[in-house]
Amino acid sequence: MHDRKRKWWGMLFILPQLIGLIVFALIPLVLTFVISMSEWDGFGTMEFVGFANFLEQFLDPDFKKAMVNTLYYSLLTIPSGIVLGLLLALAIHNIRGKTLYRLFFFMPVVTSSVSIGVIWIWLLNGDFGIINQLLGIVGITGPKWLTDTQWVIPSIAMLSIWWGLGFNMVIFLAGLQGISQTYYEAAVIDGASAFRKFWHITLPLLSPTTFFATIMATISSFQVFDQAFVMTSGGPAKASYTLVYHIFNRGFVESNMGASAAAATILFLMILVLTLIQFKFSRRWVHYEG
Amino acid sequence: MKADASRQIGHQHMPSEHGQPHGRPIRKKRAWHLGTVLLHLALILGSVVMVFPFLWTISSSLKDISQIFMMPPSWVPDPFVWSNYVDTLRAMPFDVAYFNSFYISIVVVVASLLTCSLAAYAFAKIKFPGAGIVFILFLSMMMIPKQVTIVSLYVVIQKLGWVDSHLSIIMPAAFFNAFGVFLLRQFMMGIPRDLEEASIMDGANPLRIYWNVMLPLVRSALVAFGIFAFKDIWNQFLDPLIFLSTPERFTVPLMLNMFKGLYVADWALMMAGTAISVIPVLIVYVIAQRHIIEGIALTGIKG
Repeated sequence: MHDRKRKWWGMLFILPQLIGLIVFALIPLVLTFVISMSEWDGFGTMEFVGFANFLEQFLDPDFKKAMVNTLYYSLLTIPSGIVLGLLLALAIHNIRGKTLYRLFFFMPVVTSSVSIGVIWIWLLNGDFGIINQLLGIVGITGPKWLTDTQWVIPSIAMLSIWWGLGFNMVIFLAGLQGISQTYYEAAVIDGASAFRKFWHITLPLLSPTTFFATIMATISSFQVFDQAFVMTSGGPAKASYTLVYHIFNRGFVESNMGASAAAATILFLMILVLTLIQFKFSRRWVHYEG
Repeated sequence: MKADASRQIGHQHMPSEHGQPHGRPIRKKRAWHLGTVLLHLALILGSVVMVFPFLWTISSSLKDISQIFMMPPSWVPDPFVWSNYVDTLRAMPFDVAYFNSFYISIVVVVASLLTCSLAAYAFAKIKFPGAGIVFILFLSMMMIPKQVTIVSLYVVIQKLGWVDSHLSIIMPAAFFNAFGVFLLRQFMMGIPRDLEEASIMDGANPLRIYWNVMLPLVRSALVAFGIFAFKDIWNQFLDPLIFLSTPERFTVPLMLNMFKGLYVADWALMMAGTAISVIPVLIVYVIAQRHIIEGIALTGIKG
């Protein structure tokens, strides 16, 4: 009786978000694929060129550089971010002063990439930065962090880990909270050592959290742009030029929309494939209760 | 880690040792084991690493040229050069940027709370044709990073005539948040049906039930998502960078980015500008830390 009316209400309720999804996500997605197969400067007429843009990307030294830099950055940030976040969560999980530690470690998470970027430009300044001055006190000559092609990606990776550590910590803290104490009680009766409890109880029961955090970290590290744009403009000598930077550059600086969309499509496929691989492998190590 | 685990054992021994499960747990006097002390030392050192960059920013922002390049560094400015802040605000209208960021964020958060919760309610509680397929559409769009479609989103925004208008930032964020829809749906799925049943019997229409019954029941989820969305829109950089070009329309991150470009060698002023962008955020954070951390954690985990 009411059901027919309810049905209309339901459709009405999803309408605002559905229109938004179509206009701001679905159309742009389809358009990205279309542009990626076209020669287009953003104003004139589009010319269909098939997969030429993709081929061009694979031969483009800038694209290669962007790919290598992004992979290097991901390799530096994902595992260490996860491990540090987990260790930190374990450390403060049951400690006196947990709230205060949590307050400090989470602090950078709420601040913007630009603020973080500018702060670290100053901290990492090769001549007058406080980090090199402190290193100087213990007799180490620090590198020229952001202006050295060898050090720029590790520098950006370092501050990104600092920036996101609190987020991982909080995710793992929530995961730890979800582990029932009964497992540990049973282990105590069995006389298990602290390490065995960590290895056989905490780690397996935390694996869904670890999996989630890894997926999130992978996706966000492949999207790195803000830090490189604000701190180094992709330099020196394109040493911090990332994939999203490449998309930005080709599209909005050089008005080569086809190349930009092709690079974006490749990024999309890479993230998709990586996520699928992670899901596939997850069956081997992610343990779901029940 | 080890210390943590061993303390857990101690904790679990308590009830049996004292044998009063109903009484107030008696705090065993904790011996300050070496492990615990070392752990605290490490955590304190870590906390310093987390907070120091902000303190150093504030310290640098209050120095003059001679102090800022001093070696070895002076930790506390002497004298305090408050005029750096006056000069910064004179050079760059951060007040305007704050106004822009603030009203954009408020509008986006309120609008997306409404649109997302409406859609979430429909997906969670109402049977309507096409619900399944449309929901899958939302889920798959959630997986697509924004950066992938940024070029064509620009084309769409251009067609709509919103380039260099705040609408370019507000509308996509307010009307498309697949993650918000998904998150709120998860929470609404957990609400037992009989809580709505009475209102349905009374003949209340779904809009009334949504507003009077459902929203109050998921208030904590709305707060969490609201905080999460606010942080996201406030800190957003790529979209405003691409869509906005008139400095009077800039948001705080964008204004700081421009300021950085103009005053690149004047470190004291740059740090004053950064402090202006960061201190209000940190004050709000410290005041509302529990809500902010738990809000972001909750949204992060349910997603």
